[in-house]
Amino acid sequence: MATKLPKVPVVVVGMGWAGGIISAELTKAGIPVVGIERGKERKTEDYLMGHDELRFQHRTELMQDLSKETITHRNTLNMRALPMRNYGTFIVGDGLGGAGSHWNGQTYRFLPYDFEIKTLTEQKYGPNKIAPEYTIQDWGITYDEMEPYYDTFEKMAGISGETVELYGKRANPYPTGPMLKTPVLEVFEKATTSLGYKPYMVPSANLSEAYTNPDGISRAACQYCAYCENFGCEYGAKADPVVTVIPVAKETGKLETRTHSNVLRLTKDGNRATGVIYVNTITGEEFEQPADVVVVASYVFNNARLLLNSGIGTPYNPETGKGTIGKNYAYQVSSGFTTAFFKDREFNLYAGAGALGIEIPEFTGDNFDHSDLNFIHGSGIRMFQYGARPIANNVVPSGTPSWGAEFKSESIRWANSFLKIASQGSSMPHKNNYLDLDPEFKDAYGMPLLRMTYDYTDQDRELVKYMAGVTSKIAEEMGADIIDTVSEQAPFNVNKDTNTHNTGGVIMGADPATSAVNSYLQMWEAENVFVVGASAFPHNSNFNPTGTLGALSYRAAEGIQTYLKQGGLLV
Amino acid sequence: MSEKEKNSPILDKRSSRRTFIKNSGLTVGGVVLGGALGSLLVNKDKTATPEAPAHTETGAAANPNVALMFFTPDEYRMTQTAVERIYPADDNGPGAKDLNAAIYIDHQLAGQYGLNSKDYRLGNFYAPEPTQGAQTKILNKDLFLLGLKELNNYSKQNFEANFVELEAADQDTALAAFSEGKAQFAGTSSSEFFNLLRKLTIEGVYADPLYGGNKDMQGWAMRKYPGSRMSYVKEIQSETFVKLDPQGLNSHMGH
Ligand SMILES: Cc1cc2nc3c(=O)[nH]c(=O)nc-3n(C[C@H](O)[C@H](O)[C@H](O)COP(=O)(O)OP(=O)(O)OC[C@H]3O[C@@H](n4cnc5c(N)ncnc54)[C@H](O)[C@@H]3O)c2cc1C
Ligand code: SF4
Repeated sequence: MATKLPKVPVVVVGMGWAGGIISAELTKAGIPVVGIERGKERKTEDYLMGHDELRFQHRTELMQDLSKETITHRNTLNMRALPMRNYGTFIVGDGLGGAGSHWNGQTYRFLPYDFEIKTLTEQKYGPNKIAPEYTIQDWGITYDEMEPYYDTFEKMAGISGETVELYGKRANPYPTGPMLKTPVLEVFEKATTSLGYKPYMVPSANLSEAYTNPDGISRAACQYCAYCENFGCEYGAKADPVVTVIPVAKETGKLETRTHSNVLRLTKDGNRATGVIYVNTITGEEFEQPADVVVVASYVFNNARLLLNSGIGTPYNPETGKGTIGKNYAYQVSSGFTTAFFKDREFNLYAGAGALGIEIPEFTGDNFDHSDLNFIHGSGIRMFQYGARPIANNVVPSGTPSWGAEFKSESIRWANSFLKIASQGSSMPHKNNYLDLDPEFKDAYGMPLLRMTYDYTDQDRELVKYMAGVTSKIAEEMGADIIDTVSEQAPFNVNKDTNTHNTGGVIMGADPATSAVNSYLQMWEAENVFVVGASAFPHNSNFNPTGTLGALSYRAAEGIQTYLKQGGLLV
Repeated sequence: MSEKEKNSPILDKRSSRRTFIKNSGLTVGGVVLGGALGSLLVNKDKTATPEAPAHTETGAAANPNVALMFFTPDEYRMTQTAVERIYPADDNGPGAKDLNAAIYIDHQLAGQYGLNSKDYRLGNFYAPEPTQGAQTKILNKDLFLLGLKELNNYSKQNFEANFVELEAADQDTALAAFSEGKAQFAGTSSSEFFNLLRKLTIEGVYADPLYGGNKDMQGWAMRKYPGSRMSYVKEIQSETFVKLDPQGLNSHMGH
């Protein structure tokens, strides 16, 4: 039996960026918050032994423990979904800070086009540009309405970047200037400039200079230490909830965090949630935490799963298109990239940072004409200098064996002489790509796992073909000696594809019939439940998601405060 | 593996293996006995199997971490031989064997990785579609040992000698069969074993030396990788390549 605890105003499930921002904003406003987090507590000092590729990248030390919980996957409706038994594709955050501890820090805004994608696509290309199975919809909010929240998030995190003309208007420049434009990035800059594009430095949460944010948090500049993606930052240079919003919330004395506490489900009474049930993952004890408002900020997968396991909201049905929970799961398409090998050049590839990159804006969103193309939206064509760690980076020209003498000599030969021109493609929702509960597989606590039904679509394959042409042309212009382009999008493979940008499942919109939450991320069907995260995105753009989910978290925090005062649906 | 090696006259080699086995008198006997004796005999006959010997002489006592916590001596020798085929010594420097990749693998399999302690292990194990990732109930530690056993069976069946006694080209033929999923294997595809072997070999060559492989950071040195350092602000701005001596994670102790 669960031990019932005294009621609190707000309980937050999950302490990543979404949960951390909500907690900071509410506690600063004097509202007590209990933050429940399944993983462990963390602080910057914990990262001192962080430069260990095996432990953090390949043994996924900071990520969700799959022995407790995973997702199941199938490509199509008539397959049996099977559990992702070990990591291959997306890796999922765990512990205080969530994935915000081991993210790269590439911090974009989505485009004005994204928020009104249906309206704008139809306006420009007519109603039949994209088949009806692609369930794109407007977000119920415009870029102009989002702008102040983006600004708040960027100031809190100290984003380093430069203004891009083709993108949405900014009220303020980035709080810190762009990161160093290294000789590696200059290769991309030179080639794309001579092709007529306007490259810009990727907006970064790895600070280009020391910075103090409006909450009074001071952080040091990035050291380009190269142990960034998959690793925590021992300098606090990378914006991480653990060095920004969580200490601010704690400082108020109003945040109580409970770690090693896994929420099993929400409790409810009619169409209101009454709190959460959680289990202490170490002792196995169960607790019930009643609350006036429940904030679900447990990442895309568990945001949908917790609602489904609690019977809150109407599950999406792909046959009828009705229902909303689980709808419009989207990902991103990363094929279409080119690897360029240089015989006589050695770059300092061992150095780098998670968001040290350069990109061209011309192929993003609707910034190029799609009249004669069989797809909508686009790609960020970009190049990064992450730091080529040696277990993960044994890049050889195609046709080279994957083991043996030739593999060894080739992998060493090119170790410091290759550059990757990446294409991060947007992902349009499709009626058959969705999330629901697995009928068979359970987590370690006996709760059904989330089942993902997902595969790439024709839209994705067309986009990849097109972008492959762009990336290979850039490689030619760079003067590469060997050019390898991946120009076809293979079927989605849960153990191979790597992209950590999952979106949808609890999407926002203006219409309760087609969306689960309103523009404050308040559930239409349960007004005291706010579901915060990229789960709210009705489609996925070609940019990394966190800037946008961070901005939405600030908006949700505002909504929760209003709700606590006046109740009712906010829209 | 190259086409040349693939097409090498297997029959000739078989007959020479047969002669060797006859001479060494190792066709019967228990696994332990055969293995122990085998290595002694192999040591005497350096021309037949240039791969197998030598390791026992190389300053074994200097580093207390170079000792076995999981493998039997036989399994260890076989692992040394196999990792060397994945990542052989060449002009660049040592191969996986001399980089202690087999020690690394021994230590990994003895611990939580060997027990798949962070993998999802619940529920039924169904045969997957190619897009659904491995669905094997076999633990890493068992998969590896099963793989070694099957590798030996394959070697005996096709080349009439134990894996460690084969010539490099035949060892490659055997490993290629495993990598392509063509070798006999109980409970899963032989490629699952090969993938584990390859993955652990690369890790054993390039992981921080604290794990037992990447001896003297020579794996890193070969590709001019500096290991783990605190800052590259200066180097990253340099137009030319800046070569730094590798440093291990132990250099961060006491910070
Ligand atoms: C390696 C990597 C690199 C990335 N790089 C970038 C990048 O460069 N740019 C970008 O925009 N995005 C990037 N991302 C994505 C980014 O990290 C996420 O979008 C973001 O951190 C999500 O924040 P969140 O708060 O929604 O979820 P999370 O950070 O995942 O936080 C959710 C929290 O909820 C907890 N939780 C889940 N279920 C329960 C439960 N049942 N009970 C209690 N607690 C629970 C989890 O443990 C976790 O701490 C990257 C992700 C990864 C993994
Ligand atoms: S690269 Fe920069 S931001 Fe990333 S972990 Fe290293 S110092 Fe921190």
